Amino acid sequence: MSKLLTLENVTAFYGASQALFGVNLEIGKGEVVALMGRNGMGKTTTIRTICRMLPHSSGRIFFAGQNLEKMPSHKAARLGLGLVPEGRRCFSGLTVHENLLAASRDGYWTFQQVSELFPRLSERRDQFANTLSGGEQQMLSIGRALMTNPKLLILDEATEGLAPVVRQEIWSAMFKLKDEGLSILVIDKSLRELTAIADHCAILEKGATCWSGITADLVPDITDRYLGV
Amino acid sequence: MTRETTVNIALAIALLAVPIGAQFADHPFIITLSTKVAIFAIAGVGLNIALGYGGLISFGHAAFFGLGGYAAGILASQALNYEPLVTWPFEIQGTTQMLIIWPVALCICGAAALVIGAMSLRTGGVYFIMITLAFAQMIYYFAISWPAYGGEDGLSIYVRSKFPGLNTLDPITFFAICFALLIAVLGFSVLLTHSRFGLALSAARQNPQRLTSVGVRPFQVQLTAFVISGMITGLAGALYADLNRFVSPAMFSWHTSGEIMIFVILGGVGRLFGPLAGAALFILLEHLLGGITEFWQFLLGMLLLLIVLFARGGLIGLLAGGRGNV
Repeated sequence: MSKLLTLENVTAFYGASQALFGVNLEIGKGEVVALMGRNGMGKTTTIRTICRMLPHSSGRIFFAGQNLEKMPSHKAARLGLGLVPEGRRCFSGLTVHENLLAASRDGYWTFQQVSELFPRLSERRDQFANTLSGGEQQMLSIGRALMTNPKLLILDEATEGLAPVVRQEIWSAMFKLKDEGLSILVIDKSLRELTAIADHCAILEKGATCWSGITADLVPDITDRYLGV
Repeated sequence: MTRETTVNIALAIALLAVPIGAQFADHPFIITLSTKVAIFAIAGVGLNIALGYGGLISFGHAAFFGLGGYAAGILASQALNYEPLVTWPFEIQGTTQMLIIWPVALCICGAAALVIGAMSLRTGGVYFIMITLAFAQMIYYFAISWPAYGGEDGLSIYVRSKFPGLNTLDPITFFAICFALLIAVLGFSVLLTHSRFGLALSAARQNPQRLTSVGVRPFQVQLTAFVISGMITGLAGALYADLNRFVSPAMFSWHTSGEIMIFVILGGVGRLFGPLAGAALFILLEHLLGGITEFWQFLLGMLLLLIVLFARGGLIGLLAGGRGNV
């Protein structure tokens, strides 16, 4: 399987303090990869680095055959990185339809397609984003990322803080996206759901990749060692 | 039809009805006041694109108002003196044709806004306000010390610029031209704000980083909006020069920037017809209260304070409710 995203020994700093100490990650086309690790291990920082919101100081990041070094964030996004950030962060003063339209780029994903994936968004079409429930905002955030017609969908804390029923809806949508062949990098707290959807997993500890492999190899011994509280 | 649309239509009809009534009652001064409202509203519509939709608090829009005015003034003055504007490398004559003056004013203001915006947008918050103000004041002091076009005394134009087939010296005809342009820029503003560009501009105001992550560079969107905003305000300046048949450095001063901002705030920031409502209220207060006391601006200040504190949607917000774009 050809690699869509490759991170090789990536390090990154917040000011003087080092946050990533050597992250290695590979995502193939049509593959779902779960990025795991306890809180503060560098998952979000890794995503920020991939999306060029934080420059990496050493190592290499390749996406869709291009070196992302020195590439500004908006250009990386145009290459096909679709980010669903932690905490949703929809454009609160815009309606659902406007949120989706503001992000849209030509391709398979249109308002119609997003509405079919999340019928609730269609029902709330003219509602301002800040009047939506948390789950609806997360659907909108995923929809907004899809409207950019990404090659890789990146979800940071995909279902954090959502009611179980809504979580189930989000996971169902992600399974549909996987079935459609979209590459996905996902972070979430729910190990059960992550292992159900992911083809591969990578675990971060203290800002470095400590384990990676196919999901079937993620035995309890490893999860207890790296993910146990 | 929403309540705001009803209020907007009522305002447009009122602005049209007042000068028509004044024409029948033979009160040309009222027509001139209505024309002033239309021109100030155009300037406000321009600022509203940057301030209301883009969240760019420009305190230097007088620069564009003045540049538009001086473009009209200088072109007309050169034409009336039969002196070419430029002789080398090729000769360019002045003109009194509005259809030439307007595009020239739009181009000059667009170019100026591009330079000012490109520098100002690298900053944010209070620095953006101060840089836009500094640019306007820089041009103001340049105009004061430019004797070729009247310096501090300003420049008289003597005749109003011409429009093919119309007698622009007739107050109601000139009002009609300004009103038509106001409707045109309002229409353009609607198209702009409902386009993908307009939505991206709103998104850039709310969360620039998030907009970047969907592949849109906020700087480009905001700069484009700033340029369009400056051009529209410049068009208003060109019309204002023709209304008064006079331009002066006061058009560049920070008072003018403040007044354009007041039109927008009084009427409702980010409201389509906010600048029209604000400009109308301003002119009304100026002439009603100005006749009673010379301290009318104190009362205007009080009103502004009340609106900022208790009616953030401005006059349109009070009349139509809702939240507008901000």
